[in-house]
Amino acid sequence: MENVNSYLIVSAILFSIGTIGVLTRKNAIVIFMCVELMLNAVNLTFVALSRHLGNLDGQIFVFFVMTVAAAEAAVGLALMIAFYNNKESIDVEDVNIMKW
Amino acid sequence: MFDNVWLIPLFPFIGFLINGLLGKKIKNETVIGGIGAFAVLCSFIVSCMTILNLLSLPGEERVANVKLFTWITSGHFNADIAFLIDPLSCVMIMIVTGVGFLIHLYSIGYMHGEEGFYRFFAYLNLFMFSMLLLVLGNNLLLMFVGWEGVGLCSYLLIGYYFHKKSAGDAGKKAFVMNRVGDFGFLLGVFTLFWYMGQNHNIWTIQFTELAANSHLLPTGGVVTVITLCFFVGATGKSAQIPLYTWLPDAMEGPTPVSALIHAATMVTAGVYMIGRMNYLFIRSPETLMVIAVVGACTALFAATIGTAQNDIKRVLAYSTVSQLGYMFLAMGSGAFAAGIFHLMTHAFFKACLFLGSGAVIHSMHHALHHAHSHDDAQDMRNMGGLRSKMPLTFLTFLLATIAISGIPGFSGFFSKDEILWQAFSNPHHGQLNYLLWGMGAVAAGLTAFYMFRLVFMTFFGECRITPKAKDHLHESPMVIVIPLIVLAALSVVGGYIGLPKVIGELFGGIPNYFEHYLEPVFRLSEEYMAQHAALGAEHHSATLEWGLMGLSVLIALFGIGVAFTMYVMNTELPKRFVATFPALHRAVYNKWYIDELYDYLFVNPCKALGRFLWKGFDVVVVDGAVNGVANVVMAFSGVFRFLQSGYIYNYAWSMAFGVVVILGYYVFK
Repeated sequence: MENVNSYLIVSAILFSIGTIGVLTRKNAIVIFMCVELMLNAVNLTFVALSRHLGNLDGQIFVFFVMTVAAAEAAVGLALMIAFYNNKESIDVEDVNIMKW
Repeated sequence: MFDNVWLIPLFPFIGFLINGLLGKKIKNETVIGGIGAFAVLCSFIVSCMTILNLLSLPGEERVANVKLFTWITSGHFNADIAFLIDPLSCVMIMIVTGVGFLIHLYSIGYMHGEEGFYRFFAYLNLFMFSMLLLVLGNNLLLMFVGWEGVGLCSYLLIGYYFHKKSAGDAGKKAFVMNRVGDFGFLLGVFTLFWYMGQNHNIWTIQFTELAANSHLLPTGGVVTVITLCFFVGATGKSAQIPLYTWLPDAMEGPTPVSALIHAATMVTAGVYMIGRMNYLFIRSPETLMVIAVVGACTALFAATIGTAQNDIKRVLAYSTVSQLGYMFLAMGSGAFAAGIFHLMTHAFFKACLFLGSGAVIHSMHHALHHAHSHDDAQDMRNMGGLRSKMPLTFLTFLLATIAISGIPGFSGFFSKDEILWQAFSNPHHGQLNYLLWGMGAVAAGLTAFYMFRLVFMTFFGECRITPKAKDHLHESPMVIVIPLIVLAALSVVGGYIGLPKVIGELFGGIPNYFEHYLEPVFRLSEEYMAQHAALGAEHHSATLEWGLMGLSVLIALFGIGVAFTMYVMNTELPKRFVATFPALHRAVYNKWYIDELYDYLFVNPCKALGRFLWKGFDVVVVDGAVNGVANVVMAFSGVFRFLQSGYIYNYAWSMAFGVVVILGYYVFK
């Protein structure tokens, strides 16, 4: 059996890339993809640890995460289209009317 | 046997739905009026079948509960949608649907061209439905539904001309005063239900079950409380002292409404309710005395006001209050059958009088309108000499006037005389009887006076409107005249089914059919009285009855004579009378200032309390609390809003930072 550590390391790298992307990029769609990256990093951890520990619970959770991600994609894209209709932009810098 | 009795209230309800929902689209007056009248005609036919079925049964079996379905069940409490068929409810449905149909017919002619014609017929049918529920309901709750329903329709129809402020005010006044009475009614229901349940484990509000168990009730005590509560309800609905002032104002409604609701049917609901629960009332001598005294006082008091009013409908309104007083005098004397009898004859002649006055007003209004005059079409001082212009209306009006005045041979004589005799001879009130009789007799004289004053001012003498307008005066169309003729005929012959005993004996032992017919309903009271004969039922001779009868006729004739002298022979007399007793005239003319007194005692304090609660409590305390909370929140948010930048990456960064801090705490702890 392979060492689970290598999977966790890949997962951590993916998660970090995703996080940095979310925090630094301005384009909403890119941010969105970065969120997906973070989610899939977590999925990888789940699957790897599930296999490592011989417990199927982790894989079940992956299904949940994938379902939620799909729903989130639908809602998120709809929000972006609505936003684009209003501001002609999907730059998160322009999502600023909530400030005082 | 009575399976189809539920159709009786159903027909008017269907009429209400059709006219209420579709009337605006139908537009055609003949169709709308036809639907309204036809629905009531159907009810009348079913009512006739019902009463024929009832009469085919032997006397003691003439009671039936027709259950449709269970309405409410909650613990011990049970109420059905069920109808009670007995002689009393049958008389009532006959009066309500019969007189109701004639008035619907009349309304087609009278309301012609009015705005909201469909609304009028929809309300009228809804009223019929509620009234029939009231008289047919076999339990107190169903009766109360009808009781409230007729109150609502009364409010809606008084305020029919709602763009007139006085009409809206009158509607509100009627509604509020009725609410006061309804409150008493409800308290009576609660107390009765609770008392029977707590003490005898009989949890019921059904009339037949209450009657069957009425022997468990004590004499006086809690029964006095219960019956007084019910009587408060009756004073509201039936316009007795102290809650009578709404009825004269209710004349703001269209005249057919005054005839149907505020003379013939709805206002008699209180009398009916006492008759329905006679076995309760008979057990409380105190309540009976209160009812008799209130009835006699109302009869006399309202009659005095009627003598000085100039609005033709107001005279009739006070007359109605006064006649209702007679009915309560009968009920309070334990003469339930006599009270119901007067209810019936009164429905005939008072409906005829109101409809006749409506015909006069209609014609006057038309004539004044053509002459571009702004005189009041209802003011009797503008009328006069209408006899030749409207001969049929005059004839029917005269017959009904003779009937209400108590001239022998007409229906009002038989019923009124029966009441006066019972008030004199009943075993309940001892010496007070003589006073009650005296008040009733004086009121009878006043009744004859003001009714003939009305007739003389309206139909006799010289016409007091401009000649130009006079040419436009004409008899009403047949659809208006036919109901008048039918009702006038009934006011003449309606009394013969209830001949007083002494008169019946004179003509070879004709019994009092009406009293005999109602016997099963009032049997329990009769039995109770028979058991308590110790109350001292003294025997009165027939000679005395003849004497009193003759005396009351003489008083009535005297009243007519005075009216004739003052308003036909010597028309200067009323003016001289006013000049001699200005204060008295002013007091009577202003209705003894009772409205002003009520304003001072109740209305203004209520308004002041309301204003205090508004300015003092609502504005300062309630609004203060609400605005205070809002202000506090605003102050806090004023500070905290500086935390918001509005940029998503700021929020994302702070979230990430927070996650790092939390994770760091767990990792390095």
